[in-house]
Amino acid sequence: MTPGSNQPSAVAGASALRDDLATIGVLWSRDLVRFLRQPTRIIGALAQPIVFWLLIGGGMASTFRYGAAPEVGYMQYFYPGILVMMVLFASIFGTITVIEDRHAGFLQSVLVGPGSRAAVVIGKSIGVGSVGLVQAAVFLCLAPAAGFGLGDIDWLTLVYALGVGALGLSAFGFSLAWLTDSTQAYHAVMSIVLLPAWVLSGAMFPPSDDHAVLAALMRANPMSYLVAGVRHALHVTGETPAAAGASLGTSLAVLTAFAAASVALATFAIYRKR
Amino acid sequence: MPTETTPLLEVRHLSVNFKTRSVLDDVSFSVARGEIFGLLGPNGSGKSTTFHVLTGVLRPRAGELVFRGTRIDPGERDMRRRMGVVFQAPSVDINLSCRENLLLAARLHRVPRSARDARVRDLLGLADLTDRADDRVKTLSGGMKRRLELARSLVHEPEFLILDEPTVGLDEASFERTWQRLTRLRAERGLTLLLSTHRPEEAARCDRLAVLDGGRVVTVDTPAALQARVSGDVVRLMGPDPEEIAATLAARFPHAVTVEAQGVALVVERGHEWIPRFVEAFPAGRLSAVEMHRPSLADVFLSLTGHALSDAGGLAP
Repeated sequence: MTPGSNQPSAVAGASALRDDLATIGVLWSRDLVRFLRQPTRIIGALAQPIVFWLLIGGGMASTFRYGAAPEVGYMQYFYPGILVMMVLFASIFGTITVIEDRHAGFLQSVLVGPGSRAAVVIGKSIGVGSVGLVQAAVFLCLAPAAGFGLGDIDWLTLVYALGVGALGLSAFGFSLAWLTDSTQAYHAVMSIVLLPAWVLSGAMFPPSDDHAVLAALMRANPMSYLVAGVRHALHVTGETPAAAGASLGTSLAVLTAFAAASVALATFAIYRKR
Repeated sequence: MPTETTPLLEVRHLSVNFKTRSVLDDVSFSVARGEIFGLLGPNGSGKSTTFHVLTGVLRPRAGELVFRGTRIDPGERDMRRRMGVVFQAPSVDINLSCRENLLLAARLHRVPRSARDARVRDLLGLADLTDRADDRVKTLSGGMKRRLELARSLVHEPEFLILDEPTVGLDEASFERTWQRLTRLRAERGLTLLLSTHRPEEAARCDRLAVLDGGRVVTVDTPAALQARVSGDVVRLMGPDPEEIAATLAARFPHAVTVEAQGVALVVERGHEWIPRFVEAFPAGRLSAVEMHRPSLADVFLSLTGHALSDAGGLAP
Protein backbone atom coordinates (compact mmCIF):
# COMPACT_ATOMS: atom_id res chain seq x y z
CA MET A 1 0.00 0.00 0.00
CA THR A 2 1.45 3.39 -0.98
CA PRO A 3 0.54 6.30 1.24
CA GLY A 4 -1.20 8.97 -0.85
CA SER A 5 0.96 11.68 0.66
CA ASN A 6 4.06 10.14 -0.91
CA GLN A 7 2.77 10.25 -4.47
CA PRO A 8 4.18 12.90 -6.79
CA SER A 9 1.54 15.59 -7.23
CA ALA A 10 1.10 14.99 -10.96
CA VAL A 11 0.33 11.34 -10.34
CA ALA A 12 -2.01 12.26 -7.50
CA GLY A 13 -3.72 14.79 -9.79
CA ALA A 14 -4.25 12.25 -12.57
CA SER A 15 -5.53 9.81 -10.00
CA ALA A 16 -7.94 12.42 -8.63
CA LEU A 17 -9.20 13.08 -12.14
CA ARG A 18 -9.87 9.37 -12.63
CA ASP A 19 -11.77 9.32 -9.32
CA ASP A 20 -13.90 12.21 -10.55
CA LEU A 21 -14.55 10.61 -13.94
CA ALA A 22 -15.58 7.39 -12.19
CA THR A 23 -18.00 9.34 -9.98
CA ILE A 24 -19.48 11.13 -13.00
CA GLY A 25 -19.85 7.84 -14.87
CA VAL A 26 -21.54 6.09 -11.96
CA LEU A 27 -24.08 8.86 -11.37
CA TRP A 28 -24.77 9.22 -15.08
CA SER A 29 -25.44 5.55 -15.72
CA ARG A 30 -27.42 5.16 -12.52
CA ASP A 31 -30.00 7.77 -13.51
CA LEU A 32 -30.34 6.38 -17.01
CA VAL A 33 -30.62 2.76 -15.86
CA ARG A 34 -33.19 3.68 -13.22
CA PHE A 35 -35.27 5.54 -15.79
CA LEU A 36 -35.18 2.74 -18.33
CA ARG A 37 -35.98 0.26 -15.54
CA GLN A 38 -39.30 1.84 -14.59
CA PRO A 39 -41.87 1.32 -17.35
CA THR A 40 -44.53 3.41 -15.63
CA ARG A 41 -42.14 6.33 -15.46
CA ILE A 42 -41.29 6.02 -19.16
CA ILE A 43 -44.95 5.84 -20.17
CA GLY A 44 -45.83 8.80 -17.93
CA ALA A 45 -42.91 10.84 -19.17
CA LEU A 46 -43.97 10.32 -22.79
CA ALA A 47 -47.75 10.30 -22.48
CA GLN A 48 -47.97 13.56 -20.55
CA PRO A 49 -46.33 15.79 -23.20
CA ILE A 50 -48.33 14.12 -25.97
CA VAL A 51 -51.55 14.77 -24.06
CA PHE A 52 -50.50 18.38 -23.42
CA TRP A 53 -49.59 18.88 -27.02
CA LEU A 54 -52.83 17.39 -28.35
CA LEU A 55 -55.17 19.04 -25.83
CA ILE A 56 -53.65 22.51 -25.56
CA GLY A 57 -52.44 22.50 -29.14
CA GLY A 58 -55.82 21.29 -30.43
CA GLY A 59 -57.76 23.68 -28.20
CA MET A 60 -55.77 26.73 -29.23
CA ALA A 61 -55.52 25.82 -32.90
CA SER A 62 -58.62 27.68 -34.02
CA THR A 63 -57.94 30.94 -32.15
CA PHE A 64 -54.14 31.29 -32.38
CA ARG A 65 -52.72 33.43 -35.15
CA TYR A 66 -48.96 33.88 -35.31
CA GLY A 67 -48.38 37.41 -36.60
CA ALA A 68 -44.78 36.81 -37.60
CA ALA A 69 -45.61 33.73 -39.65
CA PRO A 70 -49.33 33.26 -40.29
CA GLU A 71 -48.85 29.92 -41.99
CA VAL A 72 -47.62 28.34 -38.72
CA GLY A 73 -50.50 26.62 -36.88
CA TYR A 74 -50.58 26.28 -33.12
CA MET A 75 -49.77 22.58 -33.13
CA GLN A 76 -46.57 23.44 -34.92
CA TYR A 77 -45.87 26.55 -32.85
CA PHE A 78 -46.35 24.66 -29.58
CA TYR A 79 -44.22 21.64 -30.54
CA PRO A 80 -40.78 23.11 -29.62
CA GLY A 81 -42.30 24.30 -26.34
CA ILE A 82 -43.30 20.72 -25.51
CA LEU A 83 -39.77 19.52 -26.20
CA VAL A 84 -38.46 22.10 -23.72
CA MET A 85 -41.16 21.15 -21.20
CA MET A 86 -39.99 17.53 -21.33
CA VAL A 87 -36.43 18.55 -20.58
CA LEU A 88 -37.64 20.86 -17.78
CA PHE A 89 -39.86 18.24 -16.14
CA ALA A 90 -37.15 15.61 -16.37
CA SER A 91 -34.74 17.94 -14.61
CA ILE A 92 -37.27 18.80 -11.90
CA PHE A 93 -38.24 15.21 -11.14
CA GLY A 94 -34.66 14.03 -11.48
CA THR A 95 -33.23 16.52 -9.01
CA ILE A 96 -36.01 16.73 -6.41
CA THR A 97 -34.88 13.25 -5.37
CA VAL A 98 -31.51 14.74 -4.37
CA ILE A 99 -33.20 16.08 -1.22
CA GLU A 100 -33.87 12.58 0.11
CA ASP A 101 -31.05 10.81 -1.64
CA ARG A 102 -28.27 12.81 0.00
CA HIS A 103 -29.42 11.99 3.54
CA ALA A 104 -30.85 8.52 3.09
CA GLY A 105 -29.94 7.09 -0.25
CA PHE A 106 -27.42 6.30 -2.90
CA LEU A 107 -26.07 9.84 -3.18
CA GLN A 108 -24.91 9.61 0.42
CA SER A 109 -22.47 6.85 -0.46
CA VAL A 110 -21.23 8.77 -3.50
CA LEU A 111 -20.58 11.88 -1.39
CA VAL A 112 -18.26 9.92 0.91
CA GLY A 113 -16.70 8.09 -2.04
CA PRO A 114 -13.41 9.19 -3.60
CA GLY A 115 -14.82 11.67 -6.13
CA SER A 116 -14.95 15.43 -5.58
CA ARG A 117 -18.19 17.24 -4.92
CA ALA A 118 -17.93 19.02 -8.26
CA ALA A 119 -17.92 15.59 -9.89
CA VAL A 120 -21.12 14.77 -8.00
CA VAL A 121 -22.78 17.90 -9.41
CA ILE A 122 -21.65 17.20 -12.95
CA GLY A 123 -22.45 13.47 -12.86
CA LYS A 124 -25.92 14.02 -11.44
CA SER A 125 -26.68 16.87 -13.87
CA ILE A 126 -25.52 14.89 -16.89
CA GLY A 127 -27.49 11.86 -15.70
CA VAL A 128 -30.72 13.77 -15.17
CA GLY A 129 -30.17 15.78 -18.36
CA SER A 130 -29.70 12.56 -20.33
CA VAL A 131 -33.04 11.24 -19.10
CA GLY A 132 -34.65 14.43 -20.45
CA LEU A 133 -32.84 14.00 -23.77
CA VAL A 134 -33.98 10.40 -24.14
CA GLN A 135 -37.58 11.50 -23.62
CA ALA A 136 -37.20 14.38 -26.06
CA ALA A 137 -35.69 12.02 -28.63
CA VAL A 138 -38.74 9.76 -28.47
CA PHE A 139 -41.08 12.75 -28.80
CA LEU A 140 -39.13 13.88 -31.87
CA CYS A 141 -40.52 10.85 -33.68
CA LEU A 142 -43.74 12.90 -33.83
CA ALA A 143 -41.98 15.84 -35.51
CA PRO A 144 -43.36 15.01 -38.97
CA ALA A 145 -46.89 15.05 -37.51
CA ALA A 146 -46.20 18.62 -36.35
CA GLY A 147 -45.07 19.61 -39.81
CA PHE A 148 -41.29 19.29 -39.40
CA GLY A 149 -39.56 17.11 -41.93
CA LEU A 150 -36.92 14.98 -40.20
CA GLY A 151 -34.57 15.84 -43.05
CA ASP A 152 -35.07 19.60 -42.60
CA ILE A 153 -34.09 19.67 -38.93
CA ASP A 154 -30.69 21.10 -38.03
CA TRP A 155 -29.82 18.16 -35.79
CA LEU A 156 -26.50 19.45 -34.59
CA THR A 157 -28.05 22.69 -33.33
CA LEU A 158 -30.98 20.79 -31.85
CA VAL A 159 -28.81 18.36 -29.92
CA TYR A 160 -26.58 21.17 -28.70
CA ALA A 161 -29.47 23.39 -27.59
CA LEU A 162 -31.39 20.59 -25.87
CA GLY A 163 -28.25 19.04 -24.41
CA VAL A 164 -26.84 22.24 -22.94
CA GLY A 165 -30.34 23.32 -21.88
CA ALA A 166 -30.94 19.99 -20.12
CA LEU A 167 -27.56 20.22 -18.37
CA GLY A 168 -28.27 23.80 -17.25
CA LEU A 169 -31.78 23.08 -15.99
CA SER A 170 -30.61 19.94 -14.18
CA ALA A 171 -27.74 21.77 -12.49
CA PHE A 172 -30.17 24.55 -11.57
CA GLY A 173 -32.57 21.97 -10.13
CA PHE A 174 -29.68 20.40 -8.23
CA SER A 175 -28.78 23.77 -6.66
CA LEU A 176 -32.40 24.30 -5.72
CA ALA A 177 -32.67 20.85 -4.14
CA TRP A 178 -29.40 21.27 -2.27
CA LEU A 179 -30.10 24.78 -0.98
CA THR A 180 -33.76 24.34 -0.02
CA ASP A 181 -33.17 20.84 1.40
CA SER A 182 -36.94 20.42 1.65
CA THR A 183 -39.36 18.87 -0.78
CA GLN A 184 -42.07 21.40 0.11
CA ALA A 185 -39.79 24.35 -0.57
CA TYR A 186 -38.69 22.82 -3.86
CA HIS A 187 -42.34 22.34 -4.86
CA ALA A 188 -43.03 25.98 -4.02
CA VAL A 189 -40.18 27.24 -6.19
CA MET A 190 -41.30 24.89 -8.94
CA SER A 191 -44.84 26.33 -8.96
CA ILE A 192 -43.84 29.96 -8.50
CA VAL A 193 -40.69 30.14 -10.63
CA LEU A 194 -39.98 27.15 -12.87
CA LEU A 195 -43.42 26.51 -14.38
CA PRO A 196 -44.18 30.23 -14.98
CA ALA A 197 -40.72 30.54 -16.52
CA TRP A 198 -41.67 27.85 -18.99
CA VAL A 199 -44.97 29.59 -19.81
CA LEU A 200 -43.02 32.82 -20.31
CA SER A 201 -40.36 31.24 -22.52
CA GLY A 202 -42.18 31.63 -25.81
CA ALA A 203 -43.21 27.98 -25.48
CA MET A 204 -46.92 28.79 -25.42
CA PHE A 205 -47.10 32.25 -26.99
CA PRO A 206 -44.69 34.71 -28.59
CA PRO A 207 -43.82 37.98 -26.86
CA SER A 208 -46.08 40.87 -27.73
CA ASP A 209 -45.32 44.60 -27.90
CA ASP A 210 -48.68 45.23 -26.18
CA HIS A 211 -47.33 43.77 -22.93
CA ALA A 212 -43.99 45.40 -22.25
CA VAL A 213 -43.56 43.81 -18.81
CA LEU A 214 -44.20 40.30 -20.07
CA ALA A 215 -41.90 40.87 -23.02
CA ALA A 216 -39.14 42.07 -20.67
CA LEU A 217 -39.64 39.02 -18.43
CA MET A 218 -39.40 36.78 -21.45
CA ARG A 219 -36.17 38.42 -22.53
CA ALA A 220 -34.69 37.96 -19.07
CA ASN A 221 -35.73 34.30 -18.92
CA PRO A 222 -32.96 31.83 -19.82
CA MET A 223 -35.55 29.27 -20.90
CA SER A 224 -36.65 31.67 -23.70
CA TYR A 225 -33.28 31.12 -25.32
CA LEU A 226 -33.68 27.37 -25.08
CA VAL A 227 -37.05 27.58 -26.82
CA ALA A 228 -35.61 29.99 -29.39
CA GLY A 229 -32.63 27.71 -30.04
CA VAL A 230 -34.94 24.73 -30.57
CA ARG A 231 -37.17 26.80 -32.91
CA HIS A 232 -34.14 27.75 -34.97
CA ALA A 233 -33.03 24.13 -35.18
CA LEU A 234 -36.49 22.95 -36.23
CA HIS A 235 -36.89 25.79 -38.76
CA VAL A 236 -40.33 26.73 -37.54
CA THR A 237 -40.54 29.48 -40.10
CA GLY A 238 -38.45 30.75 -42.91
CA GLU A 239 -37.68 33.90 -41.00
CA THR A 240 -36.30 34.06 -37.48
CA PRO A 241 -39.13 33.39 -35.07
CA ALA A 242 -39.54 36.28 -32.70
CA ALA A 243 -39.34 34.23 -29.51
CA ALA A 244 -37.49 36.63 -27.25
CA GLY A 245 -36.19 38.14 -30.47
CA ALA A 246 -33.02 36.10 -30.13
CA SER A 247 -30.90 35.06 -33.05
CA LEU A 248 -29.50 31.54 -33.17
CA GLY A 249 -26.04 32.75 -32.08
CA THR A 250 -27.45 34.72 -29.15
CA SER A 251 -29.66 31.82 -28.11
CA LEU A 252 -26.85 29.31 -28.01
CA ALA A 253 -24.51 31.77 -26.29
CA VAL A 254 -27.03 32.62 -23.55
CA LEU A 255 -27.88 28.95 -23.14
CA THR A 256 -24.23 28.02 -22.74
CA ALA A 257 -23.70 30.81 -20.22
CA PHE A 258 -26.81 29.67 -18.29
CA ALA A 259 -25.56 26.09 -18.14
CA ALA A 260 -22.12 27.20 -16.96
CA ALA A 261 -23.63 29.49 -14.32
CA SER A 262 -25.97 26.72 -13.10
CA VAL A 263 -23.15 24.21 -12.76
CA ALA A 264 -21.11 26.86 -10.91
CA LEU A 265 -24.03 27.62 -8.60
CA ALA A 266 -24.60 23.93 -7.83
CA THR A 267 -20.88 23.40 -7.20
CA PHE A 268 -20.78 26.43 -4.93
CA ALA A 269 -23.84 25.13 -3.08
CA ILE A 270 -22.49 21.64 -2.54
CA TYR A 271 -19.16 22.90 -1.18
CA ARG A 272 -20.62 25.71 0.86
CA LYS A 273 -23.56 24.04 2.52
CA ARG A 274 -22.95 20.53 3.76
CA MET B 1 6.35 9.13 8.15
CA PRO B 2 3.65 6.92 9.61
CA THR B 3 4.83 3.87 11.50
CA GLU B 4 3.04 0.86 12.89
CA THR B 5 2.58 2.58 16.23
CA THR B 6 1.13 5.80 14.80
CA PRO B 7 -2.61 5.78 15.42
CA LEU B 8 -4.55 5.36 12.20
CA LEU B 9 -6.84 8.20 13.14
CA GLU B 10 -6.68 10.88 15.77
CA VAL B 11 -9.66 13.09 16.45
CA ARG B 12 -8.71 16.20 18.38
CA HIS B 13 -11.00 18.66 20.11
CA LEU B 14 -13.87 18.29 17.67
CA SER B 15 -16.80 20.66 18.21
CA VAL B 16 -19.95 20.99 16.14
CA ASN B 17 -22.83 23.41 16.52
CA PHE B 18 -26.23 23.28 14.90
CA LYS B 19 -27.10 26.98 14.92
CA THR B 20 -26.36 27.91 18.53
CA ARG B 21 -26.85 24.45 20.00
CA SER B 22 -23.68 22.50 20.70
CA VAL B 23 -23.97 18.89 19.51
CA LEU B 24 -20.30 17.91 19.81
CA ASP B 25 -18.17 19.48 22.48
CA ASP B 26 -14.39 18.99 22.46
CA VAL B 27 -14.50 15.35 21.35
CA SER B 28 -11.08 13.65 21.23
CA PHE B 29 -10.07 10.03 20.76
CA SER B 30 -7.63 8.03 18.71
CA VAL B 31 -7.99 4.75 16.87
CA ALA B 32 -5.04 2.36 16.53
CA ARG B 33 -4.41 0.29 13.42
CA GLY B 34 -6.33 -2.97 13.49
CA GLU B 35 -8.38 -1.85 16.44
CA ILE B 36 -12.13 -2.20 16.92
CA PHE B 37 -13.03 1.12 18.47
CA GLY B 38 -16.58 1.87 19.56
CA LEU B 39 -18.50 5.02 20.33
CA LEU B 40 -21.03 4.03 22.97
CA GLY B 41 -23.93 6.32 23.70
CA PRO B 42 -27.70 6.70 23.41
CA ASN B 43 -29.47 8.28 20.44
CA GLY B 44 -28.60 11.96 20.29
CA SER B 45 -25.27 11.61 22.08
CA GLY B 46 -23.32 12.74 19.01
CA LYS B 47 -22.21 9.43 17.47
CA SER B 48 -23.64 10.02 14.00
CA THR B 49 -22.53 13.66 14.07
CA THR B 50 -18.97 12.52 14.77
CA PHE B 51 -19.14 10.21 11.76
CA HIS B 52 -20.63 12.93 9.57
CA VAL B 53 -17.61 15.07 10.35
CA LEU B 54 -15.14 12.23 9.74
CA THR B 55 -16.68 11.47 6.35
CA GLY B 56 -16.77 15.10 5.28
CA VAL B 57 -20.55 15.38 5.23
CA LEU B 58 -20.55 17.97 8.00
CA ARG B 59 -18.07 20.74 8.71
CA PRO B 60 -16.99 21.09 12.34
CA ARG B 61 -16.81 24.40 14.16
CA ALA B 62 -13.43 23.46 15.62
CA GLY B 63 -11.02 20.57 15.88
CA GLU B 64 -8.60 18.64 13.74
CA LEU B 65 -8.08 15.20 12.29
CA VAL B 66 -4.82 13.33 11.91
CA PHE B 67 -5.02 10.39 9.53
CA ARG B 68 -2.03 8.07 9.13
CA GLY B 69 0.16 10.60 10.87
CA THR B 70 -0.80 13.51 8.61
CA ARG B 71 -3.11 16.37 9.49
CA ILE B 72 -6.03 16.40 7.07
CA ASP B 73 -9.24 18.30 6.50
CA PRO B 74 -12.39 16.35 7.30
CA GLY B 75 -13.51 14.39 4.25
CA GLU B 76 -10.20 14.73 2.41
CA ARG B 77 -9.96 12.55 -0.69
CA ASP B 78 -7.12 10.37 0.58
CA MET B 79 -9.20 9.34 3.57
CA ARG B 80 -12.34 8.83 1.47
CA ARG B 81 -10.35 6.49 -0.78
CA ARG B 82 -9.17 4.38 2.11
CA MET B 83 -12.34 4.09 4.15
CA GLY B 84 -15.61 2.26 3.80
CA VAL B 85 -18.72 3.75 5.38
CA VAL B 86 -22.00 2.26 6.52
CA PHE B 87 -24.40 4.98 7.55
CA GLN B 88 -27.41 4.52 9.75
CA ALA B 89 -29.67 5.58 6.87
CA PRO B 90 -29.69 3.29 3.83
CA SER B 91 -27.35 4.20 0.99
CA VAL B 92 -28.06 1.54 -1.59
CA ASP B 93 -30.40 2.16 -4.52
CA ILE B 94 -33.57 0.16 -3.86
CA ASN B 95 -34.55 0.17 -7.54
CA LEU B 96 -31.38 -1.63 -8.57
CA SER B 97 -30.39 -5.22 -7.82
CA CYS B 98 -27.86 -6.27 -5.20
CA ARG B 99 -25.33 -7.03 -7.91
CA GLU B 100 -25.90 -3.70 -9.68
CA ASN B 101 -25.45 -1.79 -6.45
CA LEU B 102 -22.16 -3.55 -5.76
CA LEU B 103 -20.97 -3.07 -9.34
CA LEU B 104 -21.72 0.67 -9.19
CA ALA B 105 -19.83 0.90 -5.89
CA ALA B 106 -16.91 -1.00 -7.49
CA ARG B 107 -16.86 1.46 -10.40
CA LEU B 108 -17.10 4.42 -8.02
CA HIS B 109 -14.00 3.20 -6.21
CA ARG B 110 -12.21 2.27 -9.43
CA VAL B 111 -11.89 -1.42 -8.70
CA PRO B 112 -10.13 -2.69 -11.87
CA ARG B 113 -12.61 -3.96 -14.44
CA SER B 114 -11.01 -7.40 -14.50
CA ALA B 115 -11.47 -7.81 -10.74
CA ARG B 116 -14.98 -6.42 -10.42
CA ASP B 117 -17.09 -9.49 -11.14
CA ALA B 118 -15.11 -11.72 -8.81
CA ARG B 119 -15.12 -9.09 -6.08
CA VAL B 120 -18.87 -8.62 -6.34
CA ARG B 121 -19.40 -12.40 -6.27
CA ASP B 122 -17.30 -12.69 -3.11
CA LEU B 123 -19.16 -9.88 -1.40
CA LEU B 124 -22.55 -11.36 -2.31
CA GLY B 125 -21.35 -14.55 -0.65
CA LEU B 126 -20.09 -12.68 2.37
CA ALA B 127 -23.50 -11.04 2.75
CA ASP B 128 -25.37 -14.34 2.24
CA LEU B 129 -27.11 -12.78 -0.75
CA THR B 130 -25.82 -14.98 -3.58
CA ASP B 131 -29.27 -16.37 -4.37
CA ARG B 132 -30.81 -12.87 -4.23
CA ALA B 133 -28.06 -11.26 -6.33
CA ASP B 134 -30.32 -10.14 -9.16
CA ASP B 135 -33.35 -9.20 -7.09
CA ARG B 136 -34.07 -5.54 -6.61
CA VAL B 137 -33.08 -4.26 -3.22
CA LYS B 138 -36.62 -3.12 -2.43
CA THR B 139 -37.71 -6.78 -2.31
CA LEU B 140 -35.15 -7.62 0.42
CA SER B 141 -35.84 -7.78 4.15
CA GLY B 142 -34.38 -5.15 6.47
CA GLY B 143 -31.63 -7.47 7.64
CA MET B 144 -30.63 -8.36 4.07
CA LYS B 145 -30.43 -4.67 3.16
CA ARG B 146 -28.20 -4.07 6.15
CA ARG B 147 -25.88 -6.88 5.07
CA LEU B 148 -25.77 -5.46 1.56
CA GLU B 149 -24.76 -2.07 2.99
CA LEU B 150 -21.89 -3.72 4.80
CA ALA B 151 -20.82 -5.59 1.65
CA ARG B 152 -20.92 -2.34 -0.34
CA SER B 153 -18.64 -0.63 2.15
CA LEU B 154 -16.02 -3.37 1.59
CA VAL B 155 -15.99 -3.26 -2.21
CA HIS B 156 -12.65 -1.42 -2.51
CA GLU B 157 -10.97 -3.43 0.27
CA PRO B 158 -10.69 -0.40 2.54
CA GLU B 159 -8.22 -0.36 5.40
CA PHE B 160 -10.65 1.44 7.64
CA LEU B 161 -14.41 1.01 8.17
CA ILE B 162 -16.79 3.50 9.74
CA LEU B 163 -19.99 1.78 10.84
CA ASP B 164 -22.88 3.77 12.27
CA GLU B 165 -25.02 1.34 14.29
CA PRO B 166 -24.11 -1.51 11.92
CA THR B 167 -26.37 -4.18 13.38
CA VAL B 168 -29.56 -2.23 13.96
CA GLY B 169 -32.47 -4.28 12.65
CA LEU B 170 -30.53 -7.55 12.54
CA ASP B 171 -31.85 -10.59 14.38
CA GLU B 172 -29.66 -12.47 16.83
CA ALA B 173 -28.30 -14.93 14.25
CA SER B 174 -27.44 -12.18 11.73
CA PHE B 175 -25.86 -10.13 14.48
CA GLU B 176 -23.58 -13.06 15.38
CA ARG B 177 -22.66 -13.79 11.76
CA THR B 178 -21.95 -10.13 11.03
CA TRP B 179 -19.59 -9.92 13.98
CA GLN B 180 -17.88 -13.17 13.00
CA ARG B 181 -17.22 -11.65 9.57
CA LEU B 182 -16.01 -8.35 10.91
CA THR B 183 -13.57 -9.99 13.31
CA ARG B 184 -12.38 -12.31 10.55
CA LEU B 185 -11.76 -9.35 8.22
CA ARG B 186 -9.81 -7.70 10.97
CA ALA B 187 -7.72 -10.84 11.49
CA GLU B 188 -7.11 -11.44 7.76
CA ARG B 189 -6.51 -7.90 6.55
CA GLY B 190 -5.74 -5.85 9.60
CA LEU B 191 -8.95 -3.90 8.97
CA THR B 192 -9.56 -1.10 11.46
CA LEU B 193 -13.14 -0.61 12.66
CA LEU B 194 -14.68 2.52 14.10
CA LEU B 195 -18.29 1.92 15.00
CA SER B 196 -21.07 3.47 16.98
CA THR B 197 -23.59 1.57 19.01
CA HIS B 198 -26.08 1.85 21.79
CA ARG B 199 -26.21 -1.92 22.30
CA PRO B 200 -24.23 -3.12 25.33
CA GLU B 201 -23.66 -6.56 23.79
CA GLU B 202 -22.13 -4.91 20.73
CA ALA B 203 -20.02 -2.52 22.76
CA ALA B 204 -18.62 -5.50 24.65
CA ARG B 205 -17.03 -6.75 21.41
CA CYS B 206 -14.95 -3.61 20.91
CA ASP B 207 -11.31 -3.39 21.95
CA ARG B 208 -11.87 0.07 23.36
CA LEU B 209 -14.84 2.34 23.86
CA ALA B 210 -15.35 6.07 23.99
CA VAL B 211 -18.42 6.67 26.14
CA LEU B 212 -20.32 9.56 24.59
CA ASP B 213 -23.02 11.54 26.34
CA GLY B 214 -24.60 14.81 25.30
CA GLY B 215 -21.89 15.43 22.70
CA ARG B 216 -18.98 14.93 25.11
CA VAL B 217 -16.58 12.05 25.65
CA VAL B 218 -17.12 10.90 29.24
CA THR B 219 -14.27 8.40 29.23
CA VAL B 220 -12.25 6.10 26.94
CA ASP B 221 -11.40 2.61 28.15
CA THR B 222 -11.65 -1.11 27.42
CA PRO B 223 -15.03 -2.76 28.05
CA ALA B 224 -13.57 -4.88 30.86
CA ALA B 225 -12.05 -1.88 32.61
CA LEU B 226 -15.31 0.00 32.29
CA GLN B 227 -17.27 -2.87 33.78
CA ALA B 228 -14.82 -3.11 36.65
CA ARG B 229 -15.68 0.46 37.58
CA VAL B 230 -19.13 -0.54 38.82
CA SER B 231 -18.95 -2.71 41.88
CA GLY B 232 -21.82 -4.84 43.11
CA ASP B 233 -24.58 -6.73 41.36
CA VAL B 234 -27.62 -5.56 39.47
CA VAL B 235 -30.80 -7.05 40.96
CA ARG B 236 -34.08 -6.84 39.09
CA LEU B 237 -37.47 -7.47 40.63
CA MET B 238 -40.14 -7.93 37.98
CA GLY B 239 -43.85 -7.53 38.52
CA PRO B 240 -47.03 -6.08 37.04
CA ASP B 241 -46.80 -2.83 39.02
CA PRO B 242 -43.21 -1.49 39.04
CA GLU B 243 -44.19 1.75 40.83
CA GLU B 244 -45.63 -0.15 43.75
CA ILE B 245 -42.59 -2.42 43.96
CA ALA B 246 -40.35 0.65 44.02
CA ALA B 247 -42.42 2.27 46.77
CA THR B 248 -42.31 -0.86 48.92
CA LEU B 249 -38.53 -1.17 48.52
CA ALA B 250 -37.96 2.52 49.21
CA ALA B 251 -39.90 2.26 52.44
CA ARG B 252 -37.83 -0.64 53.76
CA PHE B 253 -34.36 -0.53 52.22
CA PRO B 254 -31.70 2.13 51.80
CA HIS B 255 -30.89 1.41 48.13
CA ALA B 256 -31.64 3.72 45.19
CA VAL B 257 -34.27 2.06 43.01
CA THR B 258 -34.76 2.58 39.28
CA VAL B 259 -38.22 1.94 37.81
CA GLU B 260 -38.29 0.16 34.44
CA ALA B 261 -41.04 -1.01 32.14
CA GLN B 262 -41.16 -4.57 33.49
CA GLY B 263 -40.05 -4.01 37.05
CA VAL B 264 -37.39 -2.25 39.11
CA ALA B 265 -33.61 -2.48 39.28
CA LEU B 266 -31.07 -1.71 41.99
CA VAL B 267 -27.32 -2.07 42.39
CA VAL B 268 -26.24 -3.78 45.61
CA GLU B 269 -23.10 -5.36 47.01
CA ARG B 270 -23.45 -9.13 47.56
CA GLY B 271 -26.76 -9.32 45.75
CA HIS B 272 -27.39 -12.96 46.61
CA GLU B 273 -27.65 -12.02 50.29
CA TRP B 274 -30.13 -9.26 49.63
CA ILE B 275 -32.47 -11.11 47.30
CA PRO B 276 -34.26 -13.20 49.98
CA ARG B 277 -34.85 -10.10 52.08
CA PHE B 278 -36.23 -8.19 49.09
CA VAL B 279 -38.54 -11.04 48.16
CA GLU B 280 -39.87 -11.45 51.72
CA ALA B 281 -40.93 -7.81 51.70
CA PHE B 282 -43.68 -8.61 49.22
CA PRO B 283 -46.89 -10.65 49.60
CA ALA B 284 -47.13 -13.71 47.35
CA GLY B 285 -48.00 -12.91 43.73
CA ARG B 286 -46.69 -9.32 43.74
CA LEU B 287 -43.42 -10.31 42.04
CA SER B 288 -43.27 -12.34 38.83
CA ALA B 289 -39.50 -12.86 38.58
CA VAL B 290 -36.21 -11.98 40.23
CA GLU B 291 -32.85 -11.85 38.50
CA MET B 292 -29.30 -10.91 39.35
CA HIS B 293 -26.33 -10.25 37.07
CA ARG B 294 -22.98 -8.51 36.94
CA PRO B 295 -23.31 -4.95 35.64
CA SER B 296 -23.49 -4.75 31.85
CA LEU B 297 -22.09 -1.85 29.85
CA ALA B 298 -25.58 -0.36 29.97
CA ASP B 299 -25.33 -0.31 33.76
CA VAL B 300 -21.84 1.17 33.49
CA PHE B 301 -23.19 3.90 31.24
CA LEU B 302 -25.86 4.70 33.78
CA SER B 303 -23.40 4.93 36.63
CA LEU B 304 -21.07 7.15 34.57
CA THR B 305 -23.69 9.54 33.23
CA GLY B 306 -26.69 9.24 35.50
CA HIS B 307 -29.02 8.25 32.70
CA ALA B 308 -29.90 5.28 30.53
CA LEU B 309 -28.25 4.10 27.35
CA SER B 310 -31.53 3.31 25.64
CA ASP B 311 -35.22 3.77 26.19
CA ALA B 312 -35.65 0.10 27.03
CA GLY B 313 -33.34 -2.07 29.11
CA GLY B 314 -30.44 -1.04 31.25
CA LEU B 315 -31.16 0.75 34.48
CA ALA B 316 -33.57 3.09 32.75
CA PRO B 317 -34.97 5.84 34.98
